[in-house]
Amino acid sequence: MSRKVHVQTQINGENVEFLCEPRQSMLEVLRNELDLTGAKEGCNNGNCGACTIIVEGRPVNSCCMLGVEAEGKEIQTIEGVATPEGLHPLQQKFLEHAALQCGICTPGFIMNAKVLLETNPNPTEEEVRFWLAGNLCRCTGYDKIIRAVLDTTETTGVSTNG
Amino acid sequence: MEKFSYINPARLEQVPGLLKDDWQSKVIAGGTDLLGEMKDYIESPKRLINLKSIPGLDQISADDGGLTIGAMATLTDITEHSEIQKNYTALAEAAGVVASPQIRNVGTLGGNLCQRPRCWYYRDPDTDCLKKGGNMCYALSGLNKYNAIFGGGPNYIVHPSDTAPALVALGAEVTILGAGGQRTIPLENFFILPTVANPYRENILEPNEIITQIHLPKPIANTTSFYIKLRERSSFDFALVSIAGVFQTQGKKCQDLSLILGGVAPAPWRSNEAEQVLRGQVISDDLGERAGKAAVKNADPMSDNAYKVTLTQNLVKRAAVMAVS
Repeated sequence: MSRKVHVQTQINGENVEFLCEPRQSMLEVLRNELDLTGAKEGCNNGNCGACTIIVEGRPVNSCCMLGVEAEGKEIQTIEGVATPEGLHPLQQKFLEHAALQCGICTPGFIMNAKVLLETNPNPTEEEVRFWLAGNLCRCTGYDKIIRAVLDTTETTGVSTNG
Repeated sequence: MEKFSYINPARLEQVPGLLKDDWQSKVIAGGTDLLGEMKDYIESPKRLINLKSIPGLDQISADDGGLTIGAMATLTDITEHSEIQKNYTALAEAAGVVASPQIRNVGTLGGNLCQRPRCWYYRDPDTDCLKKGGNMCYALSGLNKYNAIFGGGPNYIVHPSDTAPALVALGAEVTILGAGGQRTIPLENFFILPTVANPYRENILEPNEIITQIHLPKPIANTTSFYIKLRERSSFDFALVSIAGVFQTQGKKCQDLSLILGGVAPAPWRSNEAEQVLRGQVISDDLGERAGKAAVKNADPMSDNAYKVTLTQNLVKRAAVMAVS
């Protein structure tokens, strides 16, 4: 038997409560219960990174996390990345470099790259590629994605604190 | 995924009792492997016991006896740990090449050691293979590119863990908690090869037992260790063949060593043959070559995986030469 569980968490700086079954993934909770559809379901098994969100400061695959495991955690999703003042510098650079084609992988790449730049504001190309190894782009847009991330680093004078 | 109930124990001692002994309950750590199995109905436990609710299981602490790593330490924690990078390099390197960064951020050491095989017949929801209670191992006559070249039969899975070969090479011990209390054994004895009586499991854990910690002995002077992983997709993949090497050297002379292969057998595979060639000898390219040949002397490849024999032979040579250069 399983019944719905009451979960209290914080998403994009706001306290959020929801009910979910233990078998619902965090991705399903975000998309189906909370209408936060920015995180995408690609493979639903941890291979593609399209569902990447930030939990307690670390990028994780929300499809490989249960909704009940959000209890007491601090979570960021793509919906909280831009501010009323404008896009996050990474989002801006993705636009400028046309670092997307179909766009399904983009929220995952942005969330993962955001933590990279907060951890290592001035990464080398190798470090960017290594960090983004868990995000797939099936339109094969990797080069533009790497350029966009590198163009957002400190050397360009662009703030990454967005 | 089938329905299950989710239980948050407050104390470690509660876990064996909550698990019972009928395989209907499972512990969940990072969940990256287990949830995949549950989504594909490979496993459908009635209850999940969440180990993340128990404080302190993720501690990494150095002491006079060596280093103790809690089973819930994440692979990222291990990769970034300065003491592990310095004195147990093979482990830091192995943890750092598991899966992707997102998975390493939640995947735990205990989970990595207990992860289930990747054989596509085992992972296919509609295939009733030997490991799932069926009558035959389909890899034997089917597509076996990624299967075992050592230690196979009656099934031919390979153990998928990267940290297991590294930890075995480093002489790790594992502490297991069960209903009767704790016991600590060499990690090498934790893993088992399949038998006709038990083709189902890859380790000795009983249904109500869990790994609580891994203990590494103090490093011996003049010892280096490393982990090399060969994979089809270098960014993010399971090992085709991997090797964990621990070498105690004086100049180019190898005083003692441990060579453990991954991706080639249903358990981490010690190459006694290669160790014997190298132990006590001055390592040269020629000796490395001989060690490589010795390592694969007893290999038993199947229709699609003879390439692993070549990879293994070359990787053993590369490890030997690297250890003294």
